[in-house]
Amino acid sequence: MATYELNVNGQRKQVNVDPTTPLLWVLREELKLTGTKYGCGISACGACTVHVAGIATRSCVVPVSLIGDRPIVTIEGIGNDPVGRAVQDAWVEKDVVQCGYCQSGQIMSAVALLKTTARPTDANIEQSLGGNLCRCGTYVRIREAIKRASGQLT
Amino acid sequence: MLLRSRRTGSVFDQAAPNANRILRSVTVILVACGAGLLLMSFASPQARHGDRARTRTEGLVAWQQVYSVLTSPRCINCHTATNYPQQGDDRRRHFANVIRGPEGKGVAGLNCASCHQETNADSTGVPGGHNWHLAPLSMRWQDLNDEPLSSVAVCRAITDQSKNHHLDGPGLLKHHEDEALVRWAWQPGRRPDGTMRTLPPLTHEEFVAATRRWVEAGTPCPPGR
Amino acid sequence: MRATPKDETDMHVNRRSFLCASAAAAGGLLVSLYLDLSAAAPERNQAPPAKVYPPEAFVNIRPDGKIVITVNRLEVGQGAQTALPMILADELDADWSQVIAQLAPAGELYKDPLIGIQMIGGSCSIPNSFQQYRELGAKTRAMLIATAADRWGVPADQCRTKDSVVYGPGNRSARYAELAEDAARRPAPTVVQLKGASQFHLIGKPVRRLDSRAKCDGSQKFSLDLDLPGMLIALLARPPVFGGRVRGFDDREARNVSGVRDIFEIPLVTGSAVAVVADRFWAAKQARDRMKVDWDLSGIDHPDSLQLFAKYKEIAQMPGNIAVRLGDEHAIDHIPASDRIQAEYEFPYLAHAPMEPLNLTVRYDRDRAEAWAPSQIATWEQAAIAEVLGLRPEQVTFHVLAAGGSFGRRGTTDSHFVREAAAIAQRLPGTPVKLIYTREDDMKSGYYRPMFVHRVEVGIGPDGMPITWKHVIVGQSFVIGTGVIQEAILVKNGVDRLATEGTDDSPYTLPNMHLSVHHPKANVPTLSHRSVGYGHNSFVRETLVDELATRAKADPIAYRLKLLKPDAKKFRTSLTLLDQKSGWRHRLPRNHASGIACSEYNGTCVACAVEVSIENKRPRMHRATLAVDCGLAVNPLSIENQMQGGLVFGLTQLMANGAITLKDGHVEQGNFDRYAPPYMPDTPVSIDVHIVPSAEQPTGVGEPPVPVIAPAVVNALFRLTRKRYRSLPLTTV
Repeated sequence: MATYELNVNGQRKQVNVDPTTPLLWVLREELKLTGTKYGCGISACGACTVHVAGIATRSCVVPVSLIGDRPIVTIEGIGNDPVGRAVQDAWVEKDVVQCGYCQSGQIMSAVALLKTTARPTDANIEQSLGGNLCRCGTYVRIREAIKRASGQLT
Repeated sequence: MLLRSRRTGSVFDQAAPNANRILRSVTVILVACGAGLLLMSFASPQARHGDRARTRTEGLVAWQQVYSVLTSPRCINCHTATNYPQQGDDRRRHFANVIRGPEGKGVAGLNCASCHQETNADSTGVPGGHNWHLAPLSMRWQDLNDEPLSSVAVCRAITDQSKNHHLDGPGLLKHHEDEALVRWAWQPGRRPDGTMRTLPPLTHEEFVAATRRWVEAGTPCPPGR
Repeated sequence: MRATPKDETDMHVNRRSFLCASAAAAGGLLVSLYLDLSAAAPERNQAPPAKVYPPEAFVNIRPDGKIVITVNRLEVGQGAQTALPMILADELDADWSQVIAQLAPAGELYKDPLIGIQMIGGSCSIPNSFQQYRELGAKTRAMLIATAADRWGVPADQCRTKDSVVYGPGNRSARYAELAEDAARRPAPTVVQLKGASQFHLIGKPVRRLDSRAKCDGSQKFSLDLDLPGMLIALLARPPVFGGRVRGFDDREARNVSGVRDIFEIPLVTGSAVAVVADRFWAAKQARDRMKVDWDLSGIDHPDSLQLFAKYKEIAQMPGNIAVRLGDEHAIDHIPASDRIQAEYEFPYLAHAPMEPLNLTVRYDRDRAEAWAPSQIATWEQAAIAEVLGLRPEQVTFHVLAAGGSFGRRGTTDSHFVREAAAIAQRLPGTPVKLIYTREDDMKSGYYRPMFVHRVEVGIGPDGMPITWKHVIVGQSFVIGTGVIQEAILVKNGVDRLATEGTDDSPYTLPNMHLSVHHPKANVPTLSHRSVGYGHNSFVRETLVDELATRAKADPIAYRLKLLKPDAKKFRTSLTLLDQKSGWRHRLPRNHASGIACSEYNGTCVACAVEVSIENKRPRMHRATLAVDCGLAVNPLSIENQMQGGLVFGLTQLMANGAITLKDGHVEQGNFDRYAPPYMPDTPVSIDVHIVPSAEQPTGVGEPPVPVIAPAVVNALFRLTRKRYRSLPLTTV
């Protein structure tokens, strides 16, 4: 067990955990931030996506010991960011979700895309979201929502 | 058949066949004497270390050893010709549609750094190293069907300074010796199932030594295309 | 009025009483009257009463104006949690912006009114509860009006309602929230007037989901997110071959992991496993990884997919149990070989792989228990937990939590995963225990869509239309021998209808048809999988019909319309609408082709056109157009979402890695690296959906779109490669 001080959604949080624990489980079980989801545990589905130092990161494979002082933003905090808010609003406007389990990760990946590419093309969207799995099949609506968010932001 | 060596234009190439044979015989005798003298005067390993007169043959042998490492999975999986990396000893396409991106670091939302950190994450089975990214397309060692390129093709690619970020022989040696992602291949970490990833066919020390011999021979490439 | 609660510990009544008490304290309306006729009827020799659904169990109007509607279905993404409240709220004339939905716990009142089980499955949420929820809304409205009318001393028929307000003659008005407490004291009417369709203000409109925002900001709680004080996490070390048993285990290293609480063996439905219980997921996983279990794998079959396929193909050479015998089975003999098509199809095992792996939480308190589960068959699973724990079902409070997808996986006939959780909880009385399946557990745990082989011979007449259709199907049945209620309905003459649907109810005119089935046994548990039998039968049917159309040099839609039986009305309407909306088929770029397919599921028909090209040796889908006839479209926005989503789900069996295979008894795929369902690049860039206008009874939409896409895509591929693809998954193009 080791103690880590994490910067999560702008707040300093101290946790005492096994150093090999993936960030995902630290967020979910120690900090009770359950919006970030467990879908596969091997970074193949994207449901666990958070931002670490601004980079979309698959928290299920990153041990908490490798985070350091890099700031973490989760789905619970992304709404404080104008791009995050626009994406969430677009998701609701376009009635994207079905079961919703993958959508935290989809949104976090979409925000990362829009932060670097204000007007993504179909190809941009497909490349950046191409590693996020949705078994309910909401991809077409995700594409539309990203374009809508882009339109609202630019 | 003419040997087309761009680095060391062999005197054997240029003479007519008969003269060729005479020259060859003379040269052999001279070389044998010289070699004997060399052997007598450079008996110690330390002395050999400073010896830069590697023959082309020795250089080619060393190159094959280097080639065997470059085309082993831990190295070649990131030297692809496509817009995706490979993974595993079976060199399958990397899962989750991970792609190259403009700088070999993936794309926004799906970067290499989205999963690969500065060090291996053995508890989750994800390899890591400093600045994890794909080798540029100029350093592709496979074709578009994911088949490894031939020894001569890889040799030419990595010795072409217009493709290899202007690395000369010593530069290549340093790259093999010091570059973090190169060194990673010998500490590749555990897979998700807990087993260790397989290592390249030579140790890192052997790899560096072979590279040195190859560089000392003037980085010769094998014949052919 | 229910006079007294039942003597036994009735968790359901207690919960309702709790709601009543708290609502009464706050002054809310719980429509309070419930006539318990069922106890009386048999003794008095009366006919069994019609089901009475007390509005109080479904609608709660709070003093702050919020209207909480209880949904008798698990929400797995299909949108029942929005559509059913819409239906009720429309008849109630509720202010939709004030409606909140909640999922019903397991309980008698929440059973499907036609099936008699609290469940989802068969896309039946809307069709089976449409009338029910309308009546609930209308009854509640009637009670509110009656209350206002009494208060004002005016006739009830002079009152109107709109947006949670009752309006009376003059300028009188009263909000539902003000009337609720008094209305609660009234008896619920037994007969109500329902709206005419022209009066709907929600039904038929594109209404956005109620749970959208919560699912976008991280606040939606799924079963895996449940957090209770003192809760422990359990993982199971499961046998590598189905039915394997624990012979012994060495847990010394495992117990050294900090946070581990206990390790013990539990029985499985077949075989046994070792439970590892810890205070955190990661500790449980680390500990389980360090377990050394000695498995007894003797005396059980070690199935191998390749061997099974070979065996199935052999079996398919002979007719099996007859499912359909129509016309002359020797008619094929009169048809020249050149006018026959012989085809053999292979379909692999498929994993459901919902995004949220299986999990649930159970707490055992000796004389009662509590469970939280995303269950597709809540009343069965409540009973299963009770059985494991030696309780009566009424002693198990069973909360239904929203699920991260299911597609059939959370609705097993043997209730295996709730039994496992109950067995673990029983060892830790008083402690809530959350059993989690890792993705590997989920994928390797079985209960797959069975593998199938179809062998078909079609004889074609001089007009290019089929004259005979001889069909043998080989595949496991997950109903035969289970003893469930549905077995008597589904299994006839040794044929499980769930394996033949799509063929036995072919919408096409076939003067002679011979369909027979073999149900071999294999040591692989199997289960319903979204669209069940249609998933493979429609593929066979629609690819063969495409072949017939090609031979006849006919447009694939025109050919189907001609071949349809006269009474295949919804096939006709959906294909016709598709034809109108897919004019792009005739204007495709070079190296693009279109493919057509149609399918039915439980009364809903879907027709599909897809545009395909080949890129990097894989089919690249550019666009799909879907036309659907589902009767009255309750929520067109939800229908569009289900059509698009179901199409993507149906692509799973076309993916290069879209198969579960077994070798020497071991499942070879454990995660999305080896079993790769469709990601965004594998799916059409655009999917436009068109709904046939209809006033008929609504039929479900969750499953109907799934079977159409795979045959449509391979039909398109034929036009590009001249190859017919009959073996799935599609590994090479």
